[in-house]
Amino acid sequence: MRDITDRALDTAASQGASYADVRVVRRLEESIAVKSGRLEGVSSSESEGFGVRVLVDGAWGFSSSNWLTPAEADRVAAEATRIARASATALRNRVALDSRPPALGHYETPLDIDPFTVPFETKIAELLAADEEANRVKGIVYTETTYGAQREWKTFAASDGSFTEQVITHVGAGIESNAASGDEQQRRSYPDAGGGWQAAGYEYIRGLDLKGSAGVRAEEAVALLTAPLCQPGRRTIILDPSQLYLQVHESCGHPTELDRVFGTEASYAGTSFMTTDLLESGFRYGSDLITIVADATAPGGMGTFGWDDEGVAAQAVPLVQNGIFVGYLSSRETAPRIGRQSGGAMRADGWNRIPLIRMTNINLQPVPGMSLDEIVADTDDGLYLASNRSWSIDDRRLNFQFATEVAYEIKGGKKGQLLRNPTYTGITYEFWRSCDAVGDERSYVMLGTPNCGKGEPSQTGHVGHAVPGARFTNVQVGVGNG
Amino acid sequence: MSVDIDPRRRLALAEKVLLAAEQAGATEAEVLVLADDSALTRFANSEIHQNVAETSATVNLRFVVGKRVAVVTTGRTDNDGLVALVDQAASIARVVEELEDWGGLPEPQPITEAEGGWSEATASASPESRAEGVRAVIAAADEAGSVAYGSYSTGAETIAIANSKGIRAVQRQTSAQLLTVSMAPNGGTGYAEAVSVDVDRIDPAAIGREAAEKARATQNPVAVEAGEWPVVLEEYAVVDIVDMLGYLGFSALAVQEERSFYEPGRRIGSDLVTMVDDPNDPNGLPMAFDFEGVPKERVSLIDHGLCGEVVYDAQTAARAGRQSTGHGLPAPNPYGPFPLHMVMSPGTSSREDLIGGLDRGLLVTRFHYTNPVHPKLCVITGMTRDGTFLVEDGKIVGPVRNLRYTMSYLDALAGISAVSAQRKTLKGFLGGVVVPAVRIDGWSFTGTTEH
Repeated sequence: MRDITDRALDTAASQGASYADVRVVRRLEESIAVKSGRLEGVSSSESEGFGVRVLVDGAWGFSSSNWLTPAEADRVAAEATRIARASATALRNRVALDSRPPALGHYETPLDIDPFTVPFETKIAELLAADEEANRVKGIVYTETTYGAQREWKTFAASDGSFTEQVITHVGAGIESNAASGDEQQRRSYPDAGGGWQAAGYEYIRGLDLKGSAGVRAEEAVALLTAPLCQPGRRTIILDPSQLYLQVHESCGHPTELDRVFGTEASYAGTSFMTTDLLESGFRYGSDLITIVADATAPGGMGTFGWDDEGVAAQAVPLVQNGIFVGYLSSRETAPRIGRQSGGAMRADGWNRIPLIRMTNINLQPVPGMSLDEIVADTDDGLYLASNRSWSIDDRRLNFQFATEVAYEIKGGKKGQLLRNPTYTGITYEFWRSCDAVGDERSYVMLGTPNCGKGEPSQTGHVGHAVPGARFTNVQVGVGNG
Repeated sequence: MSVDIDPRRRLALAEKVLLAAEQAGATEAEVLVLADDSALTRFANSEIHQNVAETSATVNLRFVVGKRVAVVTTGRTDNDGLVALVDQAASIARVVEELEDWGGLPEPQPITEAEGGWSEATASASPESRAEGVRAVIAAADEAGSVAYGSYSTGAETIAIANSKGIRAVQRQTSAQLLTVSMAPNGGTGYAEAVSVDVDRIDPAAIGREAAEKARATQNPVAVEAGEWPVVLEEYAVVDIVDMLGYLGFSALAVQEERSFYEPGRRIGSDLVTMVDDPNDPNGLPMAFDFEGVPKERVSLIDHGLCGEVVYDAQTAARAGRQSTGHGLPAPNPYGPFPLHMVMSPGTSSREDLIGGLDRGLLVTRFHYTNPVHPKLCVITGMTRDGTFLVEDGKIVGPVRNLRYTMSYLDALAGISAVSAQRKTLKGFLGGVVVPAVRIDGWSFTGTTEH
């Protein structure tokens, strides 16, 4: 690989680049989909290429190719510098990067069972067995049981002498059971909508026990068809980790991306209310119970790595400490603008995309005291919401609205009646300030999503979220159900 | 450019892989070659901050043994990569379960070349020419006292398909898109977008002026209450309605899985609503055949408010005992077919007519972060963005803060009382669309925000 990276860096320097980096990425993916008892699709894909990023006259240029030859490295590096010169014709502030020691070393996701060595027929049989359990339930109209795995071999080299190699493996699986009657359609998923995902080996898939959980969720999907509607009102709600992680993702992860704060996503996903003046003033983001950390070292998280995609070592960066806004997800370009060093959050979706500030593992820290079950027992009147069904948030990340697959009525500390089509809405900081209970280590689980979208051209990110459950008061629920 | 997007050579590559698959024991095989040469210049704070180019090629092999189907994709188009592709597909296909209702790969049909889908100007667009366009957008923002954000992309793609039933299909296409958000002091924001096969038909200065003028007009927005409001939706907002209808309702798979609102002949809109999927509409982004090599049919989705047809790929068509309409996506595709070229018929109203018909209502430029709350009822939530105005007695009074809505898009279709004569070509998440602006008698706003 050195022949490609050295050639690209040399050519970039000879063409006038003051800084250059090159990433060579090989990505292997496989997926299996079972629908309603039949194998719907088995696929495997391989992608390999390299991308060269350069700074010329203080402006960025990037080019990429899937043709791995030294001559192509020359062409791509030269094209990147030409593009950077074009960028410089519409530039008002020269890019300046923070300093860091050259990154050197090797990182590999720890795992017990290599998912790519488990035979397809074994994986298919396990999915079919789980799918069959769900389809035993009368009233289910279709089921979908899925498996996926991704491995990236990533080599990073930069003009400052950095050279790192990483092998990162992610796996996921899940089952969705769908019931329908007339205009009503209900879904229950396990372990999570879209499946459960971790940086791990096939041992994580086995640990999910899809077969053992499929039937119960399928029965809930059918029961939801005739369950009472979640009525509009202001209620105390408890969010299960399967929903709480997405609340963290949308209302803390994205708004603390410093590139978004500086406007570089303004024309696409929007900006952020968490502006730099709020960082300086010690803005109260949530109640004292809320501590959120961007931790790229967390075991099992899909945002865990050795170095980010500009060679900054993995680290844990506090974003919210005891309710106070204290930090951002940042890069070598953005961090110096607030007087800090990069927090190592630059990640690219493959060889043909430029790194952007992305979430790593955005974790809501557990609070010693009560488990999630004990929080339920401590709640006299409320709703327990689980498994995301839809999500939406405004372009400054203030007004959000989520729907979950299910709500359970809580009366006298006990979960009871299922409620159909639950939704809740609020303003981000008002919502987090209303948190009066966070679960302890006993309910702290690593979840995540493999489909976080950002950027143009679009990039799909794998990010992690470790969360316990939590309780919030005086929340508007049942939007649209009146 | 290093990736070869020459149509004949891409088809020859597909045929080469097909032959290897047949020699490896495939009873049926399909090879899809996608070659792409694209670039995007992104700007924010009135300067270019990201400027990227990509050349890539992928080969997608669907390898069938009896009813056992495997799909393998590779980005390695050298000989070793292609040999590995066929070996991997053959090994998977021999061990997987049979697909009980496998309908077979599609048979060849005559394909008529899509006219107007290729532009040399777009294919050869340079970083310098995109930067020139961006500077024109920025100049328009500077003149209006606002700040420009956005992206300018150009791309060329070749699609080649060969299958063991005899399909040999190849097409090439280009597209260009310029979009910008302009931000003025005191909370003003505006949006404009242009999409075309031919980059020379995009006028960056005009797009910049449209967004900047709207940003200037939306400064100091005031709060209005959520609730039921009559609205005029500009074309940028109508894109979302069209997209969601196509995504949730007009796929044969959604119907077969009982998650669609679709029923033949069901009234879901007012008489003014007619929508087709037309891959040959000269205003759209033409495409001759789908990703299975089946010629794309013009499909009537909504005819004067009544449900027409849904779109099929080969597998959903086999289940329904009919022919594919040419709406297949690359295999494997658990999501089913989608309409990728939706066109909504124009009406007779001018923009002034639409707004003039509101006694007290809101003019909405576009929607943001929309998502289905209840797919089968087509209930969607989302936010307004980049230009929302109060209208009284048929006249724009001033800008208002953004609002959240939660409502059924079927109710929205039913409430359409006027449609503009003018339409825009835009990009939705399912592809290029051609849409008018509309007036809707009732829109359910369910929340407010701070800007």
